Parts: sequence; C-alpha cells; structure tokens
Amino acid sequence: MTDYLRLEGIRKSFGSFQALTDIDLTIAKGEFVCFLGPSGCGKTTLLRIIAGLETQTSGSIFQGERDISVLPPAQRDYGIVFQSYALFPNLTVTDNVAYGLVNRRQPRAQIAQRVDELLKLVGLPGSGPKFPAQLSGGQQQRIALARALATKPGLLLLDEPLSALDALERVRLRQEIRALQAQLGVTTIMVTHDQEEALSVADRIVVMNQGVIEQVGTPMQVYRDPATPFVADFVGKINVLPGRLRPGRALQIGASRFECELDADAERDVKVYLRPEDLLARPIAAGDANVFEAAIEKIEFLGSYCHVSVRSAAIGSQTLTVYLSLNYLAEQGLEVGSRLPLRVMPDRMRFF
Amino acid sequence: MSAVLPLTSPVALRQRAHWTDRIAHAAMGAIVLALVVFLALPLASILVKSLQSADGAFVGFANFASYLTTPSLLSSLWHSVWVSGLVTLITLPLAFGFAYALSRSCMPFKGLFRTIALVPLLAPSLLSALSLIYWFGNQGLARGFIHALGFAEIYGAPGVVVAECFAVFPHALMILITALSLADARLYEAADALGTSTRRKFFTITLPGAKYGLISAALVAFTLVMTDFGIPKVIGGNFNMLATDVFKLVIGQQDFQRGAVVGLLLLTPALLTFAIDWLVQRKQTAMLSARAVPYRAKRAPGFDAAMTAFVSLISALMLAMLGMAVFASFASFWPYNLTPTLRHYTMGLVDAEVFDAFVNSLKLAAGTAFFGTILVFVGAYVLEKTRGMDALRPVVRLLAMLPMAVPGLVLGLGYIFFFNAADNPLHGLYQTLPLLVLCTIVHFYTTGHLTAVTALKALDAEFESVSASLKVPFFKTFWRVTLPICTPTLLDIARYFFINAMTTISAVVFLYSPGTKVASIAILNLDEAGEAGAAAACAVLITAGSTVVTLLFIALGWWVDRRTQAWRNTATR
Repeated sequence: MTDYLRLEGIRKSFGSFQALTDIDLTIAKGEFVCFLGPSGCGKTTLLRIIAGLETQTSGSIFQGERDISVLPPAQRDYGIVFQSYALFPNLTVTDNVAYGLVNRRQPRAQIAQRVDELLKLVGLPGSGPKFPAQLSGGQQQRIALARALATKPGLLLLDEPLSALDALERVRLRQEIRALQAQLGVTTIMVTHDQEEALSVADRIVVMNQGVIEQVGTPMQVYRDPATPFVADFVGKINVLPGRLRPGRALQIGASRFECELDADAERDVKVYLRPEDLLARPIAAGDANVFEAAIEKIEFLGSYCHVSVRSAAIGSQTLTVYLSLNYLAEQGLEVGSRLPLRVMPDRMRFF
Repeated sequence: MSAVLPLTSPVALRQRAHWTDRIAHAAMGAIVLALVVFLALPLASILVKSLQSADGAFVGFANFASYLTTPSLLSSLWHSVWVSGLVTLITLPLAFGFAYALSRSCMPFKGLFRTIALVPLLAPSLLSALSLIYWFGNQGLARGFIHALGFAEIYGAPGVVVAECFAVFPHALMILITALSLADARLYEAADALGTSTRRKFFTITLPGAKYGLISAALVAFTLVMTDFGIPKVIGGNFNMLATDVFKLVIGQQDFQRGAVVGLLLLTPALLTFAIDWLVQRKQTAMLSARAVPYRAKRAPGFDAAMTAFVSLISALMLAMLGMAVFASFASFWPYNLTPTLRHYTMGLVDAEVFDAFVNSLKLAAGTAFFGTILVFVGAYVLEKTRGMDALRPVVRLLAMLPMAVPGLVLGLGYIFFFNAADNPLHGLYQTLPLLVLCTIVHFYTTGHLTAVTALKALDAEFESVSASLKVPFFKTFWRVTLPICTPTLLDIARYFFINAMTTISAVVFLYSPGTKVASIAILNLDEAGEAGAAAACAVLITAGSTVVTLLFIALGWWVDRRTQAWRNTATR
C-alpha cells in the first residue's frame, strides 16, 4: 500500500485554546479511515484542515507527492459531504450532481451521462428532475455523495454524514457508503462520534480526545487492545475494577486471586479493564481457574440478550455488567437475586 | 530577553489566497471604504466641529460650556426629553393592547386592522401634524374640543405630543406584534393544567415573554420622538426642541459649532438606546425552540368584543388622521369652501414646481432602493459567507450596526460638515442627488443589513465549502444559489429602502439644493409659506406613491415566488 495522505505535526490553536496538538498520521491509498471521538475532540477541525476550510497553526499536509499545507480548498483534490447534506435547495438533483462538472466545460451530453451514472451508483436513478426537498434525508445524503464523487476526487471527506438520519437509515447508508468506497477505491476519511459506525465501516480508526490522537488501529485492535484508558472507555462498554498486580502472573481483586498474563516485577495497584463479553457464564468446568460467584442485581432486557448487572462480595462492592443471552437466563431460571458463577478470561484483561 | 525559544513558531500559517478570494477581499474593502467615507468620517467631523471655534481653532469644551449657559437651548433639551418620555408612556400601552388584540384574541378583520395601523409608515411622519392642524388648529373643524380640554391651542407641546403618538405608534406596534406572536402554546397548556388564572398567566407568561419587545419598543419610540424634525417644525410653534434647534442653528444662524454640540446631544440618547438594546438582545435566548407549538387564541366572546372595540377606536383615530389630510388636500378653500377640487394638486404642486420635487423623491427612492439593496446584500454576503480578512470583519459589523444609533438629523449634519468643507475632494457631491441617495442608504443601512444577514444565516453554512471543493468560484454559487434563494429578501430590503426614502425628512433636510429638493421637504416649505392645502396635497401624494409602490412590490414578490421559489413548495414530507 502506498501512502496517499500524510499529516505532519498538525497543530491548531484558537486563541489560547489548543484544539489540535501534534497530529501525525499517514493514510494509505484506497483506505477507509474513521476519525472517532467525543464532541469537541478536534476530529472535525482536523477534517476541515485537510479540506483547507480551516488553516492549521503549524504543520504540513501532503496529498500524494503534493504539499497542500497552505493551498486554498479550490486547489486541493477532494470531495466532501456534510452532516447537513448542504444540497442547493433551488437546484434539481441533476443540477446538484452536475454542479462541479458544469464548471469544467464538458459537453452537455457527457455531463448528463455522468450524472445518470452517479445517480445509478447511489441507487437513485431517475430522481434527476426532483428538488432536494422532495427527497428523504437518506436520499438527500446519497445525492450529496454523488455530487462529491462527480469530479472523481482522489480523496473523499465525510463529516458526520449519518448523524442527521434515523437509526435504520443510518445503518443502511453506512453499509452502502462502505460498499461504494470499496468499489471505487477512493481514499476516504469519515468523522463520527458513533463508535459502532466506526467499528463497522473503517479499515482503520483514529481515536481522538482533547486534540490528540489516542490510538490508531484496526477496529479489532482498538476494541480488543485499547492503547489508553480513554480508548477502552470510549469504544464499547467496559467494566473497570481496582486491583493489585503481584509477581508470578497473579492479580488480586477484592478478596479474590486471579491468574493473569502480565508478570509484574513488583507489586502495584492497577485498574483492571474487562469487557462484559469477557466475563463468561459458560462454559465453566469444575476446577476452572478465575471463577467467582456473583448475584444478579438488575436485568435490562434488550431482546435476544440482556445487560445483566451483577455484584460479588468476592471481588469488592462494585457492580459489573455482563451480557447473557435470553436463552441462558431462561434455561437456568435466573432472575434478580439469583446467583451464578462467572469466569474471567486472563488473556482479555487490560491493565492501566 | 529569555534565552528559551518558544516551541511553536509565533507566526501561524496562512493559507494562500485563491484569486477568487481576492475578489471577495476587494468587495469587502470597497464596503468598508464606503461606510468609512459616508458614515464614520461625517460623524467624526461633527465631533471635530464641536471642539472647534468658528475659525477652526481647537477650543476644547468651550462650545459645550456656552451651550449649557444658554437658557433657551437648555429648555429645548428639557422639552425634547419630557415630550419623548410622555409619548413613549402613552404609545406603549396602546400599541401593546393593539398587538395583543391582533395576536391573542379571536376578533374579526385582523388583517384590515393591522393594515390600517401600519399605513402611517407609508406617509411622512409630519402628515399627522398637518391633519391635527386641520382638526384642531385655529381654523380646525373641531377646535372647540381642545378648548374644552383646557388647552389654549393645538400648536406647541400638545400638538407635538399627539402627532408624535400617531407617528410612533406603527413602529412600536410592529415590534410588539413580533414579540407577542412568538408564544409557545405549551406554556399556556401547562398553566391551564395547573389551574392558573387568566390574570396570573398574563403576568407570569405573556408579559415576561414580551419583555424584550416592550423594552425595544420603548427605546425605539423615545429615540424616534427625540430626533424627529418634521412634526415639531410644523406644529411646534414656539415650542422649541433639540431637533428644531439644530436646524435653526445650522441653517438659520450658520452656527456650526453649537449645531454640532446639539447634534452630539441628539446622538447621546440614540447611542444609549442602541447600547441598552444590544445588551438586552444578548441576554435574550431563543424563546421559541424548534419544538414549540404556536399559540392559537381561543374564542372568548366578552374579551374578543372588548378587544374589537378598542382596536376599532384606535383604527378610527388613525383613519381620521389620514382621512383629514386627504380631505383637506381636496378642499377648495379651507375652512370656508369645502367643495372638492384638484386645485391644490394642480396649482400648488405642478405650478409651484413641487411636481419636480415629487419626481426627485421618486428618483431618490428608486436610487436608494436599487443601490442600497446591492450594497447591503453584497456587504452582508462578503461578511457572512467569504473567508479571510478577519481583522476587517468586526469593523464592517460595527459600521453596519452604527446607522441604527445615528438619527437622520445628525447624519445630515455630519454630511454638511464633511462634504461642504472646501478642501474635501468629494466636495463636488454636495447637494447632488447621488449624495442624497448615499446619505439615505447609510441612514437606513442597519435594518437592511440585519434582514440580509438573517436571510444569509438561514442558508447552509457549507454551500461555500462545497463549491470550493467542487472548484466552483464563490461568485458563481452566489449567482446560481444564494441570490435566487434570497430574492424575496432582496425585495423586502428594496421596498424598505424605497418607502423610507420617500418619506424621510431628517437627513436630507440639510443636503438638498433647489434642483434636488424632494417632496417631503417641499411639504415643509409649502407649510412655511402658508400653503397648507398644497402641503397636505403633497403629503397625500407621497403616501399614495408609497402605497402604489408597496402594492407593486407585493405583486412583484408574488411573481418572483412563482418564478424562482418553486422548490419551496415541493416538499412531500
């Protein structure tokens, strides 16, 4: 894979506020990258800097071999889609999609052909004569996508493109965007605050917080192997327990001892991060290590499975969340107040 | 000096400007230049004049001291203040009642009543003064009435107060209608569910909701009266006020220095108003969230009847005022022969060359509407929608808001001082129609500017970003998208400029020459010459002209909606 976009030491300050600090990032050609983080983390600012809509206080940007650090937007090569769609309401769908093409002095027939092609690509053939207001939100965003892709840009920037849509449409469109991106092979950056969205579509996720990059990795890396407590907390649900590491791959939580994979040199206090799915209710064989008994405090019914809050005197007073299937709860006759054994997987523990 | 170098370079990166950006920068530069030359510098020259002696030497505050020791001038100050206060106190409750009836009752003919109450906006403000003279003057139809009230004559303070009430009423009404129509029905439903009395609902929901509107209306009313020139000139008699003093000092006695002092005094309440309004507006959070349910009045026979009666009474007074001017303008020889005739229109207007003044008025209004709309819209566009020149933007914002705080009379005064100066290279503009147009544009700039900014802010902020990413220059998007969407707003701005240019007196009274005299000034001259009938005819002509143009704008707006706004009515969801 060849590098396509390179950010070096990007900083952005607004007055005394440091919006972005020392951002270094390389994106390969054809890659789908998500900037993920809570609101105000700087992800949108970074995207706008790449687009030239804001100017970084310092740092360089290279697209291909070209230094685009201080080029105005019109001299860069990208298409962009915003959360608000930003379709021109007084122009028809055809005119919207052709907006960037008309300026390139192409023959009319060629433009018409390209517009048809794009409308087919986004699954809305025949909608050309309509005005944007006649389309649903999801349809409008597809048109915005077609408009951004019309000039065959080398880079596609998506600024929270799905946030204004309802839940079902969001899932459908994100799959379409991913499929389209794979088909066209266009390098794509999508900004989102929705971790599920990022996990489901991205080749790589850039997790950001307070103007710095916390971690860059594949969805699996970010989820399974979070680099910082922030990433662990922000991506997915996680239980945090106070513990004490001992030499000899031992971990003390409350009154219980567990096996773990980390061999500490000396005793030290740690925070143990455990995903709900890494606390197993089965299979548990007699004599298995890392098993403790807990009591059910609350069952939150979510359909085929439930979020179950449990508490165990064996590991302190803290409640833990585990995922249990509805079938399992029914099989075992579990309800609030029931007790059940839980096993902790040593290879899934993260310590910070 | 510290030996440690800062980690970041102190100079932030700057984006290279695209050639299209430079066009936007040039446009912004031109707007700033125009506002500086035609607003800031004239105002500055008032300040300079007030600190100079007649021969141009710096004398500090000597002019102010001399002003404060002239009892006649001080009494004018006091007159202006108490008259403005009294008019505000009278007008505000009446306008609030009227607005309340329009927005919160189920009375019939709301549209008609609203139109009647707003018609005075189409007339020069001094029309009410002319009518009052016909009603209650020495030869008035109902002069006995004011004697019965214990006043010797209508001229002087009583006339000014009553005439100003009529002139200011529609301005206050417009603000209060807006304030009262922004009501969230859910608040009233919640109050009803809690069994709240009507009275308590009024004092805990309605009044607090309209608080900012009331403050704003009071400030506008006070400032309008304080700085109005036409009414005290026509009906004030020997009752001197600040506005008439300025005119006498500057035009009559050529005492520019003390004229400048009075000008600054007139500027003070307006600036205070402006500052208070600004502070109040900042505190005002959005009253109406997107989830608000619009308030709908419920039928209440007793209340509706009372409101109808009140509104009818006010409307009748409005019509009496307007009707009298029309009636008198057709009367053969007031008050002895009231048979209708066109004598005042033919003789008074055409023969006395007032018709030329009317044509001048139309030229002024058309020029103001055309160039003013372009200037305002381009100014608002480069301010809101283009990039770069960030240091200049607050300056443009301030200059665009400033005219709101500058009474027309003060602006006109500044224009004399600035453009009449022999060493000013723009001296050639003095007393020409282009300068009158520019002065009128600047005078009414703020309202147009705010209207344009509101319309532009309603457009998606990313249109320009999308265009840039598609490599379409901003002016193409301006032409293909922004302008077509904003056409109705442009028409509103143009109409506002046109009507105000037709009826304005205060700024242009200092700037006309015999060749560029406008109709609103001609009224004053005719009135002064004792040609009351012709003065009334002229005022009626202006009102008729404004009305026709308003109707034309409405028709044009309808046509434009059909032609360019089709996309608005196509929503299926």
